[in-house]
Formats: sequence, structure tokens, C-alpha cells
Amino acid sequence: MQDLEELQKKLHPPMVEGDHTFATVTDRISDVTLKKRTPFHWFFGFAIAFMVMQLLLMTITWLLTKGIGIWGNNQPVGWAFDIINFVWWIGIGHAGTLISAILLLLNQKWRTSINRFAEAMTLFAVACAGLFPLLHTGRPWLAYWLFPYPNTMGMWPQFRSPLIWDVFAVSTYATVSALFWYVGLIPDLATLRDRAKNPYFRFIYAALSWGWRGSARHWHRYEIAYLILAGISTPLVLSVHSIVSFDFSVSQVPGWHTTFFPPYFVAGAIYAGFAMVLILAIPLRHLYNMKDFITKTHLIFMGKVMLATGLIVAYAYLMEFFFGWYAGGSEWFMIKNRMWTGPYWMFYWLLILCNGLSIQLLWFKRFRESEFWLFTLSLVVSLGMWLERFVIIVTSLERDFLPSSWAMYSPSMFDLSMFIGTLGFFFTLMFLFVRFVPIISIFEVRTLLPDAHVHGHQQDFEENVNEVEYTYDRTDPPND
Amino acid sequence: MGNNIYGILAEFDTPTEMVDAARQVRDAGYTKTDAFSPFPLHEIDEALGIKRSILPYLILAGGITGLLSGLGLVYYVHVIDFPIIVGGRPHFSLPSFVPPLFELTILFSAFVAVFGMLFLNGLPSPYHPLFNVPRFALATREKFFLVIESADPNYDYEKTKAFMETLQAQEVFDVPE
Repeated sequence: MQDLEELQKKLHPPMVEGDHTFATVTDRISDVTLKKRTPFHWFFGFAIAFMVMQLLLMTITWLLTKGIGIWGNNQPVGWAFDIINFVWWIGIGHAGTLISAILLLLNQKWRTSINRFAEAMTLFAVACAGLFPLLHTGRPWLAYWLFPYPNTMGMWPQFRSPLIWDVFAVSTYATVSALFWYVGLIPDLATLRDRAKNPYFRFIYAALSWGWRGSARHWHRYEIAYLILAGISTPLVLSVHSIVSFDFSVSQVPGWHTTFFPPYFVAGAIYAGFAMVLILAIPLRHLYNMKDFITKTHLIFMGKVMLATGLIVAYAYLMEFFFGWYAGGSEWFMIKNRMWTGPYWMFYWLLILCNGLSIQLLWFKRFRESEFWLFTLSLVVSLGMWLERFVIIVTSLERDFLPSSWAMYSPSMFDLSMFIGTLGFFFTLMFLFVRFVPIISIFEVRTLLPDAHVHGHQQDFEENVNEVEYTYDRTDPPND
Repeated sequence: MGNNIYGILAEFDTPTEMVDAARQVRDAGYTKTDAFSPFPLHEIDEALGIKRSILPYLILAGGITGLLSGLGLVYYVHVIDFPIIVGGRPHFSLPSFVPPLFELTILFSAFVAVFGMLFLNGLPSPYHPLFNVPRFALATREKFFLVIESADPNYDYEKTKAFMETLQAQEVFDVPE
């Protein structure tokens, strides 16, 4: 019996540690926003992020003044940092949707305490991603031309073009992610409304929570809406990175023109995204004392997802090599160029080291259970995923079909300042989010507490009791 | 007292107590009732006799609308208004229209899911009589509430209040209109 209990505990580790009630969960999470003094580290971090964001603003100002010639990309490498960073950022966003939607459908309870900030991460990453193609158009004030609307030019977007697919995919993704995030926030904003002392904040939270009062009839529709949003976000998130990969695979360029790009890109996106979630989660749980909600178990699970997606990505690298060799011709030329004959061969091997080899450490418990190693590996993987996009994009373009048009690519300082600037933009938004919105979904954490279970013992509802108990056996950690 | 009230509210400490009470309320024949909890409770739907919402059908309709309007758009653009041959494909080259059509389907369904849910819930409602009860602020923190509205056909102030007192609630309140 003892063994059985231990085994069950191992299979269903508790997702909330410590002795919590509905009230303590509510207070612990909402006090960060409402009561506690804004800690010094917040000001410190925000100041740095805000300063770095100025790089972005200055670069954009200069870019709009001079035109995109200030960037390093030119024929034949017409796409470089702008699309590398676009794909990198949007991939990071995908882990947020995976956590909020796919893990919800799979009934994974550990998503509950990380979904809020992972979804915020998605929104902010998509905002950073969107800047790059927008500014790469050269005249971003005419970006509305990308959308179909009747105009005096008598022109329409070309719906057969992967670039227009991209516009639809990314704008839908940004909208649906924002809706999903906001719907998840409504009950928590109502909690803040009821707890806020400051009348101005009270008013703002009241307006944002739409007068939510936790009615059973409302919860009923709310849960339906939430589940269906998860159901439609799942194919959406898979479609978004597939469509991003179509930007490449629908073209004829060797190294891009392969059918396995969609799954390869999606796995890579989730891989990079989980790395970013870990980069955010590990400091958050320490600085805001959220260790009861973001437990070691959460970190280990995220490490395992990273390992699994990392292996898929490693498999994709092997297949890329195999396809190149098997296809021969220009495809094989491109693979050789990438791996050893071309000028960027070092980046390829650095990418293999970061994405393929370093992640193997997570097979071992010692690394998986150490926050230091998880954090370090996440940084390494983020770098690796950025290199992957660099290798795919630049090494394919710099060796064109005609040797006469071969050229090297190197970024200008404005490429770098713009990329670093978006990191500042991302973290500025993250800091504002942490300050003004509950970083963990309070109402969902309440459902994880043992007190949240209804014990069916009403004598005149015998038939329902069985049903109720059955549901609970299926989903609950067996702790009573 | 008893004329200008919205209903009678009972406060509970645990979800089990509230669900038990809700079953008794339903069995006593009250229909204009509602329960309030800080998180979704699935048992309450059955206990209060809440019917399944039509929201999923609305969302399906929204998705189909998105798909059809997308189809109409690409057909109008590429067949009627501006027919142009690209990549040797026919004017109506459905496979290459799949991505935008798919995205529009999702977009419309998501809007219907969110705003349909809020609309059916009667939100936004910045004022509600229940907010007049100061303890009700705890419904978003830790407490569970059950209300019988004065609009209920079986409602009678004295009788209903006496009945609510028997439900082993922490406290029973009158909710002013």
C-alpha cells in the first residue's frame, strides 16, 4: 500500500506545494499587483529593458528617414535579419499557445500556473515579430495594402502567395492569442477589482472585467468558450509556423524547397518557445516567491518537453542532410555549402552544438532538476534556434544558381541594434505585464486545491454521485 | 422589507455545501436561481439544472461564415474582379487558397466564441444588485454564494428566507434592488 501511494505520487506530483486555501492563493498572487511595494529589482530590470528599447526606436527612426538600405541585406541575400528575427520571435510565441491550448486539451494540469505569462510572452513575441516584415516593406505606412479592401487602384492582394498567407496567419494568430489571453484574464481582473483599494485601479479593473461576478451560468458558457478557443487555437498554432515555413518551401531555392519544413519549423518553434518560458519562469518564481505554484515539477516537465522537441529538431537536421544527399544536384551542393565548403560552415556546427548536442544533457536527472542548467541550456537553445534561421536563410541565398551572383552577407550595425532593440521591447512589455496583471491564473490555480472538489454524498442523488466520483477518479491526483 | 429586493443570498464556505444546498433549492421548485463561485464548478450545472448553452452552435456558425466569406472574397478577387494567371494555375485555384480560408475560419470562430460568450452572459454589466452586498466581493476570492431571485414564481419573502436559513449557510442576506 505504501509503495502504491508513492507510485501514485510519482505519477501525479502535486501541482501546488505548501498549505494553501482559496484565500491564500488569491492573496499571494494578487498582492504582487495590488499591495506589495514595487520591488527594486523591478525598477532595475525595467530601466534596463526600457533603455534597450530606445535602440529599437532610434533604429526605426533612422530606418524611416534613410530607407532599408541601412541594413546589410542586399542581392542575393535579400532576406536576412528581418526574416531571421521574424521567424525567431514568432517561434518563441508558439510555446505560449502550446501551453494554453494543446496542454489544456490534453488535460495537463501543470499548464495551469504557467499559462498566463506564457501567453503574455506569445503576445509580446508576436508584436516583436510583426515589426520586422512590416519595416522590411520599406514603406510601413502603406502596410494596409497587404489587406484586401476595395481601393482606387483597382488592385487586390495575391491570395496564392505565401507572403499573403503569412499576413493572414500572423494577424489571425495575434488576434486569437490576444482574445484567448484576455478571456483567461476576465475572472482574475474581477478578483483584482474586488480587492483593489485605490479607486482608480478599481475602476480600471472593473471596466476590464466587464462586471464579471462568477455566476454558475456564466462559468458554464465561459468554460465552453475557453475549451473551444483551445480547440481552434491548436490547429491555428500548427498552421502559423507551417505557413511561415511555406515562405521558404514554396520557393525554388535549394535548401528551402523541401516538404518537411512545416513539421520541422513547428517543432523548432516549440523548442525555442519552451526555452524562453524557462528563461522567464526561473527568475519569476524566485523574485516573486511563486515557488509554491511554479514548482520544480513544472520546470522538470518543461525540460522534458524541450528534450522531446529538441530531438525532433535534431532528427530534422539529419533528414535535411539525407534529403540533400539523396536528391543530389543543387540540393547536395547546398548541403555541402552549409556544412563544410561554404563560408558560414562554422555557424552550422555551432547550431548543431547548441540545438542538437547540448540538449542531450537533459537525459540526465542531474541536469534536468537543476535550475542553473535548465536556465543555461535555455539560453543556449535560444541562441541555437536563432542560428538555425540564420543558416537556413543566409547560406541558401548567398550561393545562388549563378556563381557570378554569389556574395557574402554581413549585418550592419542597424541590423544588430534593431534585433537587440526588440529584446528590449519584449522585456519592457514583460515587466509592465508583471507589474499590472496577475502573473499566474488565480482562478485556475484555485481549482487545483483539494478543497475545490465537491464530495457527492447527497442521499437522494445516488445516480449522480457515481458519475461525479467517476469524473474525479479520472482527473484528480489520488490524495484522498 | 421584502418589496424592493432583488433576491435572497446565502453564503457558503465550501463548494460541497453550496452544491448540496443548490440541489435542495432546485428540488424545492425554485428556477430563478444562480450560484457564484471563485472558479468553475461542474457539479453546479446539474445541481441547479442549468441547460447546455447554444454557444457551440453559434461558434460553428461563425466558423462557417468565416469560411464562406473568405471563399467569396478570393472568388471575387481572383475570378471576377481581377483574373490574372499566376504560376500557370487556374483562376480558381482552391488548394492555394486554403491557408487564408483556414485562418479566416479560425478568426471568425474565435470572435464568436469570445463575444458570443460575453453577450449570452449579459456582460458587460457594470452594475448588478448583488454588488450591493459587501460580502459578495468574496465570491471572486474564496466564498460560494447561492441566490434565489425575487422574480421566481415560487418566491415569497418570508417563506423563501426561512427556507434559505435551513440550508446551513454561513449567513443569509437580503439583496437590495
